[in-house]
Amino acid sequence: MTASTPPTNGAPLDDVHAPVASSAPGGLVKSVVELDRVVIRLAGDSGDGMQLTGNRFTSETASFGNDLSTLPNFPAEIRAPTGTLPGVSSFQLHFADHDIMTPGDAPDVLVAMNPAALKSNLSDLPGGGLLILDSDEFTPRNLAKVGYATNPLEDGSLEGWQTVPVPLTSMTLDALADSGLGKKEAERSKNMFTLGLLSWMYHRPTEGTVRFLERQFRRKPEIAAANIAAFRAGYNYGETTEAFAVSYEIKPAPMDAGRYRNISGNQALALGIVAAGQRSGLPIFLGAYPITPASDILHELSKHKSFGVRTFQAEDEIAGIGAALGASFGGALGVTTTSGPGVALKAETIGLAVMTELPLLIVDVQRGGPSTGLPTKTEQSDLLQAMFGRNGEAPLPVIAPRSPGDCFDAAIEAVRIALTYRTPVMLLSDGYLANGAEPWAVPETATLPDLTGAVGFATGPNAASTDGTPEFHPYQRDPETLARAWAVPGTAGLQHRIGGLEKADGNGNISYDPANHDFMVRTRQAKIDGIAASIGPTDVEDPDGDARVAVIGWGSTYGPIGAACRRIRASGRSVAQIHLRHINPFPADLGEVLARYDRVVCPEMNLGQLALLLRAKYLVDVQSHTQVSGMPFRSAELAAVIQDAIDTTSTPAVPAGAAANGATL
Amino acid sequence: MTTLDTHVHDLGMPGNPISAAVAESVALSGEKRTELKAKDLKTDQEVRWCPGCGDYVILNAVQSFLPSLGIAREDMVIVSGIGCSSRFPYYMNTYGMHSIHGRAPAIATGLAASRPDLSVWVVTGDGDSLSIGGNHLIHALRRNVNMTILLFNNRIYGLTKGQYSPTSEVGKVTKSTPMGSIDAPFNPVSLALGADATFVGRAMDSDRKGLTDVLRQAAEHQGTSLVEIYQNCNIFNDGAFELLKDPTTGTQWSIPLEQGKPLVFGPDGAACVVKDDFGGLRIAETNQVDAADIVVHDATRENPAYAFALSRLSSQDLRYTPMGVFRSVQKPTYDGLMTEQLDTAKVQGNADLDALLSGGETWTVE
Ligand SMILES: Cc1ncc(C[n+]2csc(CCOP(=O)(O)OP(=O)(O)O)c2C)c(N)n1
Ligand code: SF4
Ligand SMILES: [Mg+2]
Repeated sequence: MTASTPPTNGAPLDDVHAPVASSAPGGLVKSVVELDRVVIRLAGDSGDGMQLTGNRFTSETASFGNDLSTLPNFPAEIRAPTGTLPGVSSFQLHFADHDIMTPGDAPDVLVAMNPAALKSNLSDLPGGGLLILDSDEFTPRNLAKVGYATNPLEDGSLEGWQTVPVPLTSMTLDALADSGLGKKEAERSKNMFTLGLLSWMYHRPTEGTVRFLERQFRRKPEIAAANIAAFRAGYNYGETTEAFAVSYEIKPAPMDAGRYRNISGNQALALGIVAAGQRSGLPIFLGAYPITPASDILHELSKHKSFGVRTFQAEDEIAGIGAALGASFGGALGVTTTSGPGVALKAETIGLAVMTELPLLIVDVQRGGPSTGLPTKTEQSDLLQAMFGRNGEAPLPVIAPRSPGDCFDAAIEAVRIALTYRTPVMLLSDGYLANGAEPWAVPETATLPDLTGAVGFATGPNAASTDGTPEFHPYQRDPETLARAWAVPGTAGLQHRIGGLEKADGNGNISYDPANHDFMVRTRQAKIDGIAASIGPTDVEDPDGDARVAVIGWGSTYGPIGAACRRIRASGRSVAQIHLRHINPFPADLGEVLARYDRVVCPEMNLGQLALLLRAKYLVDVQSHTQVSGMPFRSAELAAVIQDAIDTTSTPAVPAGAAANGATL
Repeated sequence: MTTLDTHVHDLGMPGNPISAAVAESVALSGEKRTELKAKDLKTDQEVRWCPGCGDYVILNAVQSFLPSLGIAREDMVIVSGIGCSSRFPYYMNTYGMHSIHGRAPAIATGLAASRPDLSVWVVTGDGDSLSIGGNHLIHALRRNVNMTILLFNNRIYGLTKGQYSPTSEVGKVTKSTPMGSIDAPFNPVSLALGADATFVGRAMDSDRKGLTDVLRQAAEHQGTSLVEIYQNCNIFNDGAFELLKDPTTGTQWSIPLEQGKPLVFGPDGAACVVKDDFGGLRIAETNQVDAADIVVHDATRENPAYAFALSRLSSQDLRYTPMGVFRSVQKPTYDGLMTEQLDTAKVQGNADLDALLSGGETWTVE
């Protein structure tokens, strides 16, 4: 680091260990090691209940007060053949005593419930990491299924890791010997045994899980009892076994005062939509067709009918958006939720919404493409589809949340724009945000934006005919926002017809006039461009204030980019992080902001779609860094890219060896 | 001014399907006028169909009959797709949306389901509703959303200048079928009944009385009504329905459906409809059968098999075409059921946004 720029940023690193050892005396009392953070990955067969186990561990961790971030990763098949590589499902959880931004680059602890889970996850576990295996599952048959010629438990191939084979299945069966359950059924509780063991190992509170199991199996008390018994047996096993000599303590993270809950992106998005309906006074109408990873929004909203939320599972994607637009015409807040393939089908109706200038929220929870692609994996490759995927000049606002909890605010912001400007709005979430979870400070309803002012239905004539008779002109615009007048059916005297044909400025009659068309195309564009006036300046984070390289991102890359920037700053270098919530229009000052830096790096989970837009609009030589693996960026890899950009931009002012991505920290 | 709190409150109140925001603008806009004349429904827009097009006749019939329903024009909404017929909303002084090709039933479903107070109409063509929009049509019919669908069947694509349509007869020579069409046509009434439509009727553009009669029953029906209207396209498929329109051949080949009346038709009532050996219907000579064997028309039969069998009497060349109401049965409407569920939910759970945002498990950081 340079003398003039001491690392003022004291923020902890996202994925660099700083274990604090504090052993308890030996003997029967086990030692307790204090850690500042840990990344655990649970991996097993799709039928092993790894997602449920992960979610429970997450809830325990959240209520304990750690900051956390999760990465569920599951196959597209509901049940691939048992014990095979394609059937492996995993759940990664990163939790810490400080604020963190990502689910962690690599696990510190890997729990593998069978040989397939071991085989497909071991390469991610750094040498020396803790590896817990269900030794019962390492049978010749299971080993053969995934192509192990010899048993890794015996052939020495796991020597580089702290390997702890535990007979999880048989111990679960033993614990449930008196439960009256058959072997197959009893075996299913082995995930709860595992959860119990981990809960002991990381000092997690257990009451929440017990309550959860009681609630979940209300109608099958014997199953609830078995799961609870297995969970307790796992916990007690940890306490008494010689196999685990240490347990770990990760203190709660200091967080701003307030009430918190754990929330996933899809949940937050659905709640944001309900809140936007309440705060605007408009009933929500969701038209949707099931598609991974967006379906959970449909499920969640379907539960909230008491808030006047109508959900319509349509016959197809086109009907979903069509019904939503019809509802908007009638004075509701029309919403449609889907993923990339659905947006492709909705394109023509989005164009109709652009033409009819009605408020409409389109949520695209992006997944790997093209075509059916990677349905359960994440990607950011629908940006250009969102921007331009329609016939004609059909601009619409595009906004993106940055974290699971932020999906709530992004939904409200999207609705604000849709109502204020009478326009369809595209909200781009993705699979990583949708399924990932984090602690979320529950907002007070009264502090949420009041959107009633954005509604303003027309109630009387707003123009006059040539002979002076008062008339209603549906395409009469608000001079400031350029929003057109919105009169809902039922309003006497304001009957009018809208549609996809070009409208005459003002009275909205069909018009084929060339000059009018040119004017209307430009006006629709100007209306969208004008939204920039309402969105505030670009969000730039440059704590040192002297960065010459900026990293720009949008959407879910916020966490990995932020964590990478922390590493860079910890190495004594300066870097600015620019994160875009609004991608169309961009914040008004974005061009000036970008011009301040010698170099702009743009990491994206696509082949450079934002970079293309930035280059086109600002003529900035953006350095695009891309990855389309279906998985989020690892912050260490991003840090290496950023460091390289810094070191090849400025005269190196960094002590040799102070590598931001190396082990020297 | 209504405050935010009242909005929130009203949205959570049972028995009120209309949001306070909509109710407020409706109230502010003044008195509803339900005594209308045909001219009250005309707009200042120049009608742009070809001179002599059957669409004019249908427009006039609709404008003359609608006032008799006693619905204010601001409470009527006409949603259409794309096609010559779909220009219809522009000529009606109601609310309207001329949408995109085939999608009108979907758009109307969202409107009708969220605004059960409105009278929602769909105007569509044979291409619009049976080709590109076939999926939306059958699903609207099975759901029984409260709306009336007018299907203008001219057995041709009018707006795109004369290609064959899904109702064109096999062998039809058009621009896209110079050697004759090889597609088997849909019978729209059979299709609708296959989707378990609760109201299905058929009428002729030029038959003002018959058309008005079917339209009235369709409008009064609770649920989705489908009315197939044979419409002459004098430019690309002129005379398509001449067999039924011509006074002499018309009596011979059309079967008027009158509720409660025996199905006897043709010159001097020489033909009739009887049951066949397989549970269907067939045409017979009246003087060859027992009077008691002649089927008495009953559109309210719960089982759609009867109405379906009626629809199968006609062949693609239009001989033996039943005209009138095939089926009219009562079933719960989609919008009614949706409102009911919302009401139940509102009674069961209070709409407390703070509680919703908190969810099940929270913890507090001091
Ligand atoms: C997506 C799309 N594809 C094609 C068209 C072209 N198109 C307009 S109307 C029409 C057919 C209309 O036929 P029909 O529904 O029978 O209506 P008619 O004109 O006969 O009343 C077609 C193919 C279009 N408007 N949109
Ligand atoms: S093309 Fe045919 S259907 Fe279209 S307006 Fe002309 S006559 Fe009518
Ligand atoms: Mg047609």
